[in-house]
Amino acid sequence: MKTKAYAGTGALIRLILRRDWLLLLMCVVLPALIAVVTAAGFNQLFPTAASLQAFASGVASSPAESAPLGPIYAPTLGGITAWRWSGFNALLVGLGSMLFVIRHTRTEEEAGRLELLDSSVVGRQAVLSASLVVTLGANVVIAALVAGGLIAYGLPVAGSVALGLSVAAVGWTFAAIAGVTAQLTESAGAAKGIAAAILALCYLLFVVGGISAYNGLAWLSPIGLMRLIQPFAGERWWIFALFIGPVIVFTVAAFALSTRRDMGAGVLRPRPGPASASPSLRSPLALAWRLHRSTLLAWAAGFVLYGAVLGGVAKTAANQFTASPQLAQLLAKLGGSAGLSDSFLTFAMSIICEIAVIYAIMAILQMQAEETKARLDPVLATSVSRLRWTTSYVLLAALGTAVVLAAFGMSAGLAYGLSTGNVGYELPRVLAATLAYLPAIWVLAGIAVALYGLIPRFTFLSWGALLGVILIELFGTILKVNQSILNISPFTHVPQVLVGEVSFMPLIWLSVVAFILIVTGLIGFQRRSIG
Amino acid sequence: MPVIEVENLTKYYGKTRALDDVDLTVEDGEIFGFIGPNGAGKTTTLRILLGLLRKNAGEVSVLGADPWRDAVALHRRLAYVPGDVNLWPHLTGGEVIDLLARLRGGFDQSRRDELVKRFELDPTRRCSTYSKGNRQKVVLIAALASDVELFILDEPTSGLDPLMEAVFRECVAEFKRAGKTVLLSSHILSEVQALCDRISIIKEGRIVETGTLTELRHLTRTSVSVETGRPVTGLSTLPGVYNLTVDRAHTRFSVDADAINSVMQYLTQFDIRALTSTLPTLEDLFLRHYELQAGAATG
Repeated sequence: MKTKAYAGTGALIRLILRRDWLLLLMCVVLPALIAVVTAAGFNQLFPTAASLQAFASGVASSPAESAPLGPIYAPTLGGITAWRWSGFNALLVGLGSMLFVIRHTRTEEEAGRLELLDSSVVGRQAVLSASLVVTLGANVVIAALVAGGLIAYGLPVAGSVALGLSVAAVGWTFAAIAGVTAQLTESAGAAKGIAAAILALCYLLFVVGGISAYNGLAWLSPIGLMRLIQPFAGERWWIFALFIGPVIVFTVAAFALSTRRDMGAGVLRPRPGPASASPSLRSPLALAWRLHRSTLLAWAAGFVLYGAVLGGVAKTAANQFTASPQLAQLLAKLGGSAGLSDSFLTFAMSIICEIAVIYAIMAILQMQAEETKARLDPVLATSVSRLRWTTSYVLLAALGTAVVLAAFGMSAGLAYGLSTGNVGYELPRVLAATLAYLPAIWVLAGIAVALYGLIPRFTFLSWGALLGVILIELFGTILKVNQSILNISPFTHVPQVLVGEVSFMPLIWLSVVAFILIVTGLIGFQRRSIG
Repeated sequence: MPVIEVENLTKYYGKTRALDDVDLTVEDGEIFGFIGPNGAGKTTTLRILLGLLRKNAGEVSVLGADPWRDAVALHRRLAYVPGDVNLWPHLTGGEVIDLLARLRGGFDQSRRDELVKRFELDPTRRCSTYSKGNRQKVVLIAALASDVELFILDEPTSGLDPLMEAVFRECVAEFKRAGKTVLLSSHILSEVQALCDRISIIKEGRIVETGTLTELRHLTRTSVSVETGRPVTGLSTLPGVYNLTVDRAHTRFSVDADAINSVMQYLTQFDIRALTSTLPTLEDLFLRHYELQAGAATG
C-alpha cells in the first residue's frame, strides 16, 4: 500500500525531464552565471582591497542601500559578491522552485491531464514526489554550479560552497512550501498567488529584520537565514540545520494533504462569486479591463516600490560612485556633466522603462491568448466588431503603460525629493523624465500589435525587438557603436529630461511611428481568419 | 427567402482542402441538422457563416447579408454556441451569461433566470471550476436567452447529461413553435432525428446527402433483435431484410425503413416474446451510403 502510492515516480521524473529539460537547463545555469559575472564585475570595479573596503563602508553607512540586500559581512571580493548576489538569486531560485512544483502538480491537475495519468499505473503520490524530486535535484545542481563557478573564478572554496548551498536551501524550502499550496486550491493561479505571497512575506521579514531593531525577524525567513550563513565571512555551517526542519515539515504536510482530498479538488473550497454581472460589464473594453485590472495593479504596485527604492538611494548612490572612478566615469558618459544622482536616476529609469516594455507587450499579447484559447469566438459572434475588440485591448495597454510609468515617476520623484529636501522641484522633473519614455514603449507595443494583426505566428518577434533595444543600450554604453545602429532603438531617441535634454520632436514622431504600427495591426486583424 | 444560403463553398487550410464545394440551404423557421463525423468540416462551415473565417471560393449569405462584411449587424440577429467552449477562469458563470448576451444586444432577464433554473446551473461558481457540461450550459443559456431569429449551434449537447439534453430538446421545440430558425451541427444521429426537419450529411469536406428524414429513409436501416417462441424461418426471402442470423429462439437482422411493417407482420406468426430495435449509428449510415453508391455505380 505504502510503496504503491509512489509507483510510477521514476517514469514521471523522466516525463518531467523530457518536457522541461531546456527550461531546467536555463534556470539551473542562470544563478551560476550571475554569480561569476557579479564577482568579475566587482573585481573590475574595485581591484584593490582598499577600494573594496571603501565600497563596503559606503554601503554600511547607507541604510537605503543595505536594506534590500542586508549587510556586507566581509569587505572582500567574496563577501561583496555574496552580498550583491544573494537577495536577487534567493528570489529567483525560490520563485522558480515554487512555480516548477506547481507547474507539474496543480497546473497539470487543473488541465485534467493528471486524471489520465492517475488512472494508469501511477500511484497517488507519484506526481507530487516526482515534481519534488526534480525540483530538489535541480537545486543541488544549482549549488554545485554556483560553487564550481566561483571556485573556478578563484574565490575561496569554503565560501563558494556555502553560498551555493545557501541558495539551494532556500530553493528546497520554497519547493516544499509550494508542494503544500498546490494542495490547497483548485486553480493553479491561486496556488501560485499564495506561494508568491509567502515568498514576498519572507523577503519582507528579511528586509525589516535588517533595518529595524527587530533583527531577530530575519531568523524567521529562509532568505534571512541564507544571509546569516555568512559565506566568505566565517561560514556558519550549523545554520543549514535550521532549514531541515521546515523542509521536512512542509514536505510531509504536502503528502498528507494530497491523500486527504479528491482529484481536482483543493483543501480550500473556492468562494462563490456574483450570480449576475455588474451593469458595467457590457462592452469589450469592460471585459478587457476585468481580465487585466489585477495585472495592472500588480505592475503599478511593483513600480511604486522600484521608484521608492531607486529614488531613495539616488543621492547616496551618487556619493558612493565618487569613490569608484570607473563607475563615475561610466555614469558621466551616460548622463553628461550633470549631477551624478541625476545621471544615476536617468540610468535606472532607462532600465525600468525596458521592464515596462514587458508589461506593454504582455498586455497586447493578451489578445492572442484570448484567440488561441478559443475565448474570442463567442465574443466576435456577438455584435462586437473586430475593430472595437482590438482597440479595447490596445487602449488598455497604452494607458496601462502610462499608469505604470507614472507610478514609478511619482514615487521616484517623491522619494528623491524627500532625500534632497525639495519635493516641489524634483517630483515634476522625475515624473516628466519617466513619461518621456512612453512613446518609445508604445513603438514596441505597436510592433506587437502589427505582428498580431498581420502574422500572429510571429508575435514572439516582439520580444526579439525588446531584446534588440536592451542589447543596443548595453553595448552602446560600453563599446563604440555606430550611431546609425543606436538610432534603430526607439529608446535612443528619448530625451533625457533629468540631464537637461528637453525636446518634443522625437516624442511626436515616435508617437506617429507607434500609431502607424498599431493601425497596420488593426487593419491586418480585420482581414484575417480567427484562430 | 432562405435564411442561410451557401453555394460552392470551398476553404483551404494551407494545402489541405477543408471544404469542397459545399452547398447548404436553410429555410426560414426550419430546424436544420448538419451531421458528420469529427473533422468533417462542420465547425469550419459554421465559422465561415459567422464571418470568423475567410472563405476561398463560393457564395455565402446569412439572413440576406454577407457574414464577412456585415458581421456586426448580422450578429445582432443570431446567437452562436461554439463547439469548443473555453471561458474566462475568474468570471462566474452568471457573469459570462450576462456579458455574452449583452454584447449581442440585450436579453430577457426572466427568460435568462428561467433557463438557469431549467439547466440547473449554479451561476455563482467561477468558470475555472466548471466541468465541460457546465461550461456548455453557460454558453447555451447565453444563446438561448437572446431574442434572435437564427441560432447556430455547434454540437451544443456535448458533455450534457441525458436529462439536460432533454431540456435542450424542449428549448429547440419551443423555438420551432416560435418560428425561429436553428442550424444544429452534431455527430449524433439520434439527436438530429429527434429534432430536425431536414438534414445535410457532411464527410471529408463534402456534402454527401441532403433531405428530409423521410427522404433519407433509404439510408436508415434499423437493426432488430427478436426472441420468438418458435424458430423464425423464411425471413431471408422477404425484401428489405439484411444480415440475418438465426440462433434457435434468437434472431437478428437489419431492415430497410420501408420494409419494417411487412417484416413485423411476418414475425408475429412465430410468437414474439421480446423485441429491441436500434437506430443506425452515423457509421452505419455512411456504410449504407457508400453501399448504395457502389451499387449505383456497378448496377
